[in-house]
Amino acid sequence: MGRVVSGASQALKPGDRVRVKDQLRAGHVRTPAYVRGKLGWVERVHGEFRDPEKLAYGGDGLPRQALYMVGFHQTDLWQPHAESRRDNLYVDIYAHWLERA
Amino acid sequence: MGGRPTDAPIETAEHALADWEIVTDAVNSALGRRGLRSTDQLRRAMEDMPADEYLALSYYERWAKGTEQLLVEQHILSAAEIDRKMAELEPTWGVS
Amino acid sequence: MTGDHDHNGHGHAHGHDHDVTQHDPEAAERNKVPFYGQRMYAIRELLVEKGILTHAEIQAEIDYMESRTPANGARLVARAWVDPAFKQRLLDNPKAACAEMGLDAASLTELVVLENTDRQHHLVVCTLCSCYPRAILGRPPDWYKSFAYRSRAVVEPRAVMREFGTELAEDVEVRVVDSSADIRYLVLPRRPEHTEGLSEEELAALVTRDSMIGVTEARRASPTPTPASAA
Repeated sequence: MGRVVSGASQALKPGDRVRVKDQLRAGHVRTPAYVRGKLGWVERVHGEFRDPEKLAYGGDGLPRQALYMVGFHQTDLWQPHAESRRDNLYVDIYAHWLERA
Repeated sequence: MGGRPTDAPIETAEHALADWEIVTDAVNSALGRRGLRSTDQLRRAMEDMPADEYLALSYYERWAKGTEQLLVEQHILSAAEIDRKMAELEPTWGVS
Repeated sequence: MTGDHDHNGHGHAHGHDHDVTQHDPEAAERNKVPFYGQRMYAIRELLVEKGILTHAEIQAEIDYMESRTPANGARLVARAWVDPAFKQRLLDNPKAACAEMGLDAASLTELVVLENTDRQHHLVVCTLCSCYPRAILGRPPDWYKSFAYRSRAVVEPRAVMREFGTELAEDVEVRVVDSSADIRYLVLPRRPEHTEGLSEEELAALVTRDSMIGVTEARRASPTPTPASAA
């Protein structure tokens, strides 16, 4: 259970392909359900921020977690109803929710 | 909320905030500045609400309830004293 | 004092029926305060009595929010349109660029500006709650916080935009950005055509709040002919 600061996805960079973990997790969670288990790519590296899942219970949110803007093709998220094959969607996701794909 | 099936149209009408909503917003922000509550705590408090209650309350009602929950959790206020103060304030309304 | 309260079986959630509401619209308004609003008034009084907050602090928050309006964002956008170096600074270090313009974005953990181009159009939503760059734009509109918007913007952004009167070309990529963490997003809309002769102030007037969320583009300039020098 011991999580290292950057999880299984150490120092991701733009372009890296990632998968959002599909885990059942109690408590306050900021990874939207609709991207769990989905494949995407790192679009931006936002830096490190306090962990909201700990802050939510009055903790100090440390150690900081790397936060990434992850891109997904709409067609991968909403098959087969995506409006356009061209459109994408971006979500900010913490490192411990991502694994390399 | 993302991607839940709904055909509901977007209601673009906006409402000016009532005084109590402005106060809810301001008390919340002030508590945040004092470090007595964080955005994440408030979000979590609102998520703790049973779904039917969450849907039945308006946006600022949820904030107000969430703020109360956090204050009570942190033992800053008790529900009983809030009840008493509410009762105390009632007769002052309607008096100009 | 108003004497006895006959609750008429309505309970707290609907306030109280006072005769005074016939003659005092302000009282009627106050009586419409829902249960949780009434509790918030009580909470405010208690917090002040206990020295946890002061009335001055609370008023300061009210004043702060009142000073936050979409006009602030419009000034940033207009400056970015006329000054390419400023635009780059706005994209590279948004909080510093805000400070340059006298806008205090310090309370934001992080701000990211999303530039719309003729190839890409951004739309911002917070599906989990209602995150919004309040320190720049003020409070979000009701629709932004609605379940309908939060649900539909991620699945069918083009249909949502159509409800706001926005139709994008098929070859434009729509990028929905779900602000699920501490980053707050501001859309930098495209500069409308035929605006070369406009002043920065006139340009700012074209930048609507909705265009900085991304449900619309900036307003078109009115088609008044600009004097002189030809094509």
